[in-house]
Amino acid sequence: MTYVYAFIVGGLICVIGQLIMDYTKLTPAHVLVIFVTSGVILTAVGLYEPLVKIGGAGATIPIPGFGYALAKGAIKAVDENGIIGAFTGGVEATAGGIAVAIVFGYIMAILFNPKVK
Amino acid sequence: MIKKVESNKKYEEYLKKTQPKPNYFKNCLWAFIVGGLICTFAQIVHDLFEKYLNMEHVEATSATVMTMIFIGATLTGLGVYDKIGKRAGAGSIIPITGFANAIVAPAMEFKREGIIFGVGAKMFILAGPILVHGILASVIVGFIHYFLKR
Amino acid sequence: MRTKKMGNQTIKFKNPPIILSTASIVGAKEGEGPLAKYFDKIIEDDLYGEESWEKAESKLVEDAVRLAVTRGELQLADIEYMLGGDLLNQLIATSFAASKLQIPFFGLYGACSTMTESLSLASIIIDGEFANKVIATTSSHFATAERQFRFPLEHGNQRAPTAQWTVTGAGAVLLSSTGEGPVITHITTGKVIDFGVVDANNMGAAMAPAAADTIATHLKDTGFKPNDYDLIITGDLGKYGKEIAIDLLRKEGHKVKNVFSDCGNEIFDHEKQDTHAGGSGCGCSAVVFCGYLIDQLKNKKLNKILLVSTGALFSPTSSQQGGSIPSIAHAVTIENVSIK
Repeated sequence: MTYVYAFIVGGLICVIGQLIMDYTKLTPAHVLVIFVTSGVILTAVGLYEPLVKIGGAGATIPIPGFGYALAKGAIKAVDENGIIGAFTGGVEATAGGIAVAIVFGYIMAILFNPKVK
Repeated sequence: MIKKVESNKKYEEYLKKTQPKPNYFKNCLWAFIVGGLICTFAQIVHDLFEKYLNMEHVEATSATVMTMIFIGATLTGLGVYDKIGKRAGAGSIIPITGFANAIVAPAMEFKREGIIFGVGAKMFILAGPILVHGILASVIVGFIHYFLKR
Repeated sequence: MRTKKMGNQTIKFKNPPIILSTASIVGAKEGEGPLAKYFDKIIEDDLYGEESWEKAESKLVEDAVRLAVTRGELQLADIEYMLGGDLLNQLIATSFAASKLQIPFFGLYGACSTMTESLSLASIIIDGEFANKVIATTSSHFATAERQFRFPLEHGNQRAPTAQWTVTGAGAVLLSSTGEGPVITHITTGKVIDFGVVDANNMGAAMAPAAADTIATHLKDTGFKPNDYDLIITGDLGKYGKEIAIDLLRKEGHKVKNVFSDCGNEIFDHEKQDTHAGGSGCGCSAVVFCGYLIDQLKNKKLNKILLVSTGALFSPTSSQQGGSIPSIAHAVTIENVSIK
């Protein structure tokens, strides 16, 4: 059942993104920024956590899930280390993902050439 | 001569009436299915990490995110991801694999401009705004949380 | 004393320049399109054996010019001026080609209107008796245009139904004061027209008013009727922009529908090749003219055409600042007439 929920939650988040792109002509970059920021805000007001409970990867894999990780990290670090945690928490919680993206981005750029299709 | 009888406003209305619209239903269906499949796949990966590598839930979640980024990066390198994206739209842009695609695609594209101003600088032309606004928002949330707590 | 001007924006040449020869080189995708057999050369590899796409585009220009000159049975040294441009910042494709060709060079920027812009100025030089042999050229390349104006190639974005596909290709036209071939009799220079379209995914809609304005002005200045032409063909309005231009002209009382076409609409099979609204880019009207249209003129299937290349004069900077897309179109009349 977790897989069904992951599919539905993840799919619906993507549909919202698609509707924004088709109706407003915003670029993918705009939509991604709106979504990551929404993820942070929704987490802060406690609305994203329930979605993660239901959807699992369906909520953590879409880009608002990145915002969720950032916000959760910041809040947790503030609880543990005080005000300094507001600065360190978010990046700390997402450092793995960012580093992996940079490393493989670099490797792929060295290994492959873009193609005209 | 084409007079400006059609003010810009009128021309805009004319275009709204005459220009083709995206196929909303088809686009959404594709986004739903591809986005859903990517997330389901990630859930399977997550469960495998928990089951076979005995990872904690939180640990497995970040390992899954890293795995998905790796997959997105590889598919971009192989020239597959843009083909998925052409159909799936937001379905492959919104998942974290799309974030990887947004980093790898410009890195590949601009390597001919060198590793400093090409790969290094252009890697973040699409992903940079996401990181900037995401981190900015998280710091603000951290601050608000700090002051509300006291 | 001006003696060659008609109306406000049109010139009628006293010594119509002769098109001695043309050359068209296109990329693989254009080589799979419906006009494939008319192109002189189809390159298999979009890099054309070079290290970068920009260098490949430059080589397209260089080879197109060399081919046109060879076909005109001339040497590079015989050519007195080269006029041309492309879409890239600082016109690097054309400038780098000009550096190899060593022909006195004027670089032009008219976005995708460059083919008729360069033809217009080259004709003025010849009719003005400043030179006997002038070459007009332009190029575009899908990959160089995408990276400058849109997204990296491997980015998984969706294209809008009105989006167009930049043509990879270069065309060159060798004009001469003497010789055999179709001639350029009139040119109408367009004004920059801006109807406030901001959507860079619908350039056809941005450029259609400019095309309609230039065509309407041309008809008024010369007194020609649309049916005096076998074909009125715009540069790269695409499937939808073409319809807008026809509609705008109809509202002005010009029935052009029967003789109207668009190079961007002709060059690809939109369904099969997934090119959405059609081709675009400087190279679009250049290769369609230098390949297909010139063939039709030489075989007398067409005897009088109006080529109207259309250009969208925006940049990524103006676009990001929320600016609209000012557009331009220049018209050139090409006829089969025996002048001797």
